[in-house]
Parts: sequence; structure tokens; C-alpha cells
Amino acid sequence: FLHYSLSIALPPLSYLVAQVRPLHGSGCGQQQEAVGMEMRPETFSIFRTQENDPDCQSEQHQGQYYTVPPSHFHTVFPHGLPPRYQQQVKTFNEGCVMVRQPALELISHLKRADYSKPTLRYLLYGVKGSGKTMSLCHTVHYCSTQGWLVLHIPDAHLWVKNCKELLPSSYHASRFDQPIQASNWLRNFRTTNENFLSKIKLRQRYVWTKRESTEEGQPLGELVDMGVSRVKSSSDVVGAVLKELRLQAGGTEGGFRLAVAVDGVNGLWGRTTLKKEDKSPVAPEELTLVHNLRKMINNDWCGGAVIATLSQTGSLYAPSSAYLPQELLGEEGFDSMDPFIPVPVSLYSEKEFESCYLYYLDRHWLQHPHSQTEEGKKELIFLSNRNPSVLERLCAFL
Amino acid sequence: MAASGGRTVGSFLWKCGNCCFNFNTVSSNLTRQVLSRQLCVSAVLHRKNLAAAGPEKFSEEFIKKQVEEFNIGKRHLANMMGEDPETFTQGDINRSIAYLFPSGLFDKKAKPLMKHPDEVFPKQRAVQWGADGRPFHFLFYTGKQSYYSLMHDTFTKALAVEKHQDRLRGKDLFTQDAKQISLVGSRWLLKEELEELLVETISEHDYARFIQLMERLLSLPYCSVEEDFVQRYRRQLEIQSSKQQVQPLQYDQHGVAYSTGDGKQRKTATGTVLLRDSGSGSISINGTNYVHYFPVLQDREQLMFPLHFMGVLGRFDMQCSVSGGGHSSQAGALRLAISRAMLSFLSEGQVETMRQAGLLTPDPRIKERKKPGQEGARRKFTWKKR
Repeated sequence: FLHYSLSIALPPLSYLVAQVRPLHGSGCGQQQEAVGMEMRPETFSIFRTQENDPDCQSEQHQGQYYTVPPSHFHTVFPHGLPPRYQQQVKTFNEGCVMVRQPALELISHLKRADYSKPTLRYLLYGVKGSGKTMSLCHTVHYCSTQGWLVLHIPDAHLWVKNCKELLPSSYHASRFDQPIQASNWLRNFRTTNENFLSKIKLRQRYVWTKRESTEEGQPLGELVDMGVSRVKSSSDVVGAVLKELRLQAGGTEGGFRLAVAVDGVNGLWGRTTLKKEDKSPVAPEELTLVHNLRKMINNDWCGGAVIATLSQTGSLYAPSSAYLPQELLGEEGFDSMDPFIPVPVSLYSEKEFESCYLYYLDRHWLQHPHSQTEEGKKELIFLSNRNPSVLERLCAFL
Repeated sequence: MAASGGRTVGSFLWKCGNCCFNFNTVSSNLTRQVLSRQLCVSAVLHRKNLAAAGPEKFSEEFIKKQVEEFNIGKRHLANMMGEDPETFTQGDINRSIAYLFPSGLFDKKAKPLMKHPDEVFPKQRAVQWGADGRPFHFLFYTGKQSYYSLMHDTFTKALAVEKHQDRLRGKDLFTQDAKQISLVGSRWLLKEELEELLVETISEHDYARFIQLMERLLSLPYCSVEEDFVQRYRRQLEIQSSKQQVQPLQYDQHGVAYSTGDGKQRKTATGTVLLRDSGSGSISINGTNYVHYFPVLQDREQLMFPLHFMGVLGRFDMQCSVSGGGHSSQAGALRLAISRAMLSFLSEGQVETMRQAGLLTPDPRIKERKKPGQEGARRKFTWKKR
């Protein structure tokens, strides 16, 4: 019974405790527990770290997994994580992120940056599956623990393809609205930044229809609520929210830092698959959401940072071997993003691969007896070439 | 000279055109690599039943005449080609005929050939009885005279060996460790080969009895007396692995060993591999990383197979180039090329294990031809009742 109570209190340790029990007889309960307590620090220290705060992580923690506290999970990452990782979190009952060099570099830049100057833009790029989105999420976690306002767009490609409804914008004649995407995003934004919604006050009056308007001085939360409830004008609400945040980010009175995290930023400058009624293609500029987001990414405001990731996976009309910024952003995108700080994300190093392998072993994810041998590890290295996503897919059926 | 040479060759060709082409060239079949997975290879498995061919179509003088004509024709051909007639082998003949009569036909059996009449005309039974109707052989009325005479001969030999042994025992010279016949590397004749030798059909039961009798002969300690007789009924097994040509290792300017695997075919895909020693296990195919080139796990497993089998996974660096075919055949071609390139790094025993694992055998499967009257190679058109 002692074992079960322990397991409820500390979920990550339950596996180890449960593991210890069948090995010995049920008689020596107290001794088992003692052995278990001694064993825990040793097995944890190789690939896990107890340092769960991204602020305090440094190079010595590189390659080790830290656990995102469950309370943070739903607030910080309602929509930002890759789907496979979300499944993994659900399976393992915990969210563990590996501390890797690109994320550490980004965090150190963010710590040292001067926020009175125009915003710096960071671009994460790398081959497919090397961990760009995960590094972005790590940085977002850091920003939210530091108390920044996080504007996280999970995938810019979602806004330029597969859109069922396209309404002509009420604000601007030639632009198009995407009500569903906008309202979804507003809902997630509300979950992420609950505490800021009441603090920030609007500086301008917004008129939605003849009867509805939002006055100056109202809290931002009201605006967001209105956008969520009135789906038709949600895209304009998004534009308004972005504008307000841009204006107020570097402000001295009640100033907050703004982090704009965009995944798949190359989607903003490519082509879209959307068509107007007369079957002519829609350019990205003609979409309200894209237009407003581009204004955010411009570095004409201060008091925050823009962190972006390139993504080939969801991109349209891009060859699968392309991963460099120039290829994926195109000329127009590159000119708008220029100057930016490129942060390359590479495949797992030997140490990182080792810790990922040990993590899977610890979680009993690798069930096949051969995978626990040295030979099996060599095979895994060969077949995946240390690519994180390939390794994950490979281990999924082992 | 040339005219007569042409005439003799022409007469052969006419013969070939005359008789139907189930009179295969036995020797060519035996030397040609029949790509079946059986250990013993024999073209007699493909031949028709000889004994059922009926009474002889060619008389003995006819065969003798053909043999003379063949020999003369061979000398003429050698003179035509400017070679020495004394040392003109069958291989030279084949090459000369292929040069003089180039054929665009695909079927090997349809091309012009010039071979010794014993290989062209099948062995057939001479007439078994004389003018008075009395058969020559005393066992004619058993129906399988050659088989039973062979069994009688074998048993006679066994009795002779036993008599020899008794004599030796009488003289006290009998030793248990007399010289034995070496049976390693040879096999008994197959049933079909025996039928061909005897020019008559035998049943499986008969064949089993024959083998039993020979084994009994071999069980006697002094059977080496009859070694010639026994060896007539055994065939040598070819040692496959000695055919493998292992290239020596080459060293580049930094002293690093490398070797190339030559372009290997698998179903129209060709691949070449440059293996470098003391590497980190990185592989580049046509300039791109292999994880991007082969997104399918199965193809990467194919690449891994030779290295994993020999346990040298992280040791080599590879630069591969491949073209043609689809992704699966490209992976197969590369696997073969990798195995071939690895041979120069391995010892003899390891080469043998690789060969037995099937890593060095080129996959002979190609796309089957579509036949007229059918929709595909095997699929027939939809059958409509009316």
C-alpha cells in the first residue's frame, strides 16, 4: 500500500517503483523502498535534469530532459505542440522536453537583448524533423515563465490552406476574412494570456457594426471575448488585438514584453490554395490575418522579440528537400524578414541521441528485447540517422 | 574452302531448322548458369523423355558422317577466322558463329549454332534385335535391359570385392583402414541423368534401388578397387564461392582504405558504391542524405542489411549513386553494390557466409512479358459467358 500512495503523489517515479516491486518478494517491502530511493537519483541524472525552469538551464543541462509542470501545460501550450508530441505526452503522462543547443542560444539572446531598440527577429531553420517546433515551444515556455505576453501562432500554413469559408472583409474591400481560424486562435490566445487580458487597456475606439463598438479604455479581454462570440468580425478583432499589442508592448507604463512566436512563417509569403468565387487564386496579402501578421513581424515596434520557424512540412508548392531560409521564404519573404538572426537546428548529437534512447527505455517505450542491446542501438542510429522525428516514428512500433 | 566451309555450316543450320528445337544443346545448358536455387544443376531436368522418342531416326553411319563433317567444318572455320585449327575450341567456334551470323533473336535456342553431333543429336537406342527377330541382349525381355544389366554389373563388382577381401583375409593381409574412395564434393547422378545415360525410363523405385546398391558397394572396406566404376556414376559439385572475384583494397592519399562496388542491376536500376573505411556511418546517395532519399523504412533496412550482418555498422562512410528503376529496386541494387564493395574488407570465411546469406546473388526477377490475348502477364480478359 505504501507503494501505491507514493505512486499517486509523484507520477514520474511510479514506473521505477512499480519496476522494483516484482523483482523481489513481497516480504521485504521496506527494503525495496529504500533501494528504490537510492536508485532514483542515479538513473535520473544521466538524461533527466531536475531544473524545470527554463531560466536556470544552461549548457551543462544540454541533452537532458526537463519536465514541463502539468499546470503550465494547458495554459502555455493549448495549440502549439506538434501532434505526435501531444500523443507522446498523453502516453507517457508527462511532458518532457530535451534541452538543446538552439533553444539555449535563443534564450540567452532573449536574456541579453535590449528592449528599447526595434525588435530582433530570430529564425529557426533546419532539415525536416530536426526539432524546430520543439525548440520554439521551449522558448515560448521560457517567455511565459518570465511573464511575457506570448503570441503563439501554431502554424501559419493553417491560415493559407484548407479554409472552407472566405468572407469578404468588412473593413477593407479587397481583403478576405477567415472567421473560423480567427476565432479558434482568439480562443487559444485567451487561454494562454489570461492574466494580461484585464491589465491591458485599449487606446482606440473600434466600431464593428452600426450598433456595436468597443470604447477606449476597455480591457483587452472584452475585445477578445467579443471576437470569440461574434465570429463574423473575428478576423478584424485579431487585427485590432495585434495593433494594440504592438503599440503598447514597449510602453513605459505597465510595459510588458511581447513574444511573437510563429511556426511555419514561410507560409505567409508563398502562395495559397484558396480560390475566390471566380476560381482565381488568392494572394496571401489579400487575407486579413496574413496581412496583420506581416505587420507584426516587421520590426517597426520595440519591446519584444519575434521568433519564427521555417517549416517545409505544411508548406505549399515547396520541394521536400528545401530547408534553407532563402529557398523556403522566397525573395519577398526574405526581404521582409531581413535582417534576422538565423538559428540552425541540427540533428541529434551523440549525447542527445543517447539521452533520447535512455528516455525511451526508461518510459518502457522500447519493448522489443533486441532494442535494449548495443546492437539494437546501432541499428537505430543507422536507420534514423539521428533525426529526431524519424527516430520517434521508428520507436513507435518497437 | 570458304564455300565448302559455308556449305557444312549451312548443312548444320538446315539440320537445326529441320528438327524441332527440343533437341537442346546439352553442353551449353550444363555450362550456362541456370538460375534455380537447387544445389545440383542439370539441364536434363528440362529435356524431354528420350526413351519415348521411339525407334532411331538416325542411323549409325549417318552419325559418323556428321561427326566427320563437323570436324572438317571446324578446321575450315578456324582457317576462315585466321586461327590455328589444332587449338580451336568450342568456345572459339561459338564466338566465330556469333560473329559470322549475327542474330537479333532473343531466344538463345533459336540462334544459329555449331556443335558436335553427339550434343546435337540425342542419344538413342540402336535396334535391339537382329534380322531374325532375336534380341541381342539377354535381358531384353525384362523391358529395362540397360538398367537391369547395370544392376547385375554392380552386384558382380560387389561380389568381386568381397572375394578379394576373403583372399586378403586368407593371407592375413586384411586391414580395416584401407584406402577409401573420396566422396566429398561429388553427388550421385540424378534420376534424370541416369535415364539419359541408359537411354531408357526408370521409375523412382528403380533409382532408389540403384543408389542403395551403390551405397552397399561403398560400405565394403576394399571398395577402392572399383573406384573408376563408382566415379562414373558421380558428378562433381561446383564450389560456388570460388567464382567470386574479390578486388584488392585501394588506398587513397590519406592512407584511408576504400573500395568500389561496381554497378549492380536489379530490375533496371543500377547502383555504384564507394566504401570508405574508418568513417562514421554517414551515407550520401546522389548527393542527398539517405534519410531524405529513402523516406521508406524498408529501403533503409535493405541498405543496413549487409553492414549489420557483418557487424560493421558504424565503420564505413559511403558515397552512392543510383539511377533507374523505382525506390525498391534502387535499394536492392545498392544493397548488392555494398555487399560487393565490402568483400575486399572481409576474410574468406566471411565471404562464404555472405554468399550463403544471399547478399551476393543478383536478383534475377524482372517484369514478366505481357502476352497477346491477355490483359497483362497473367491476368486474362474478363470472361464473358456470351
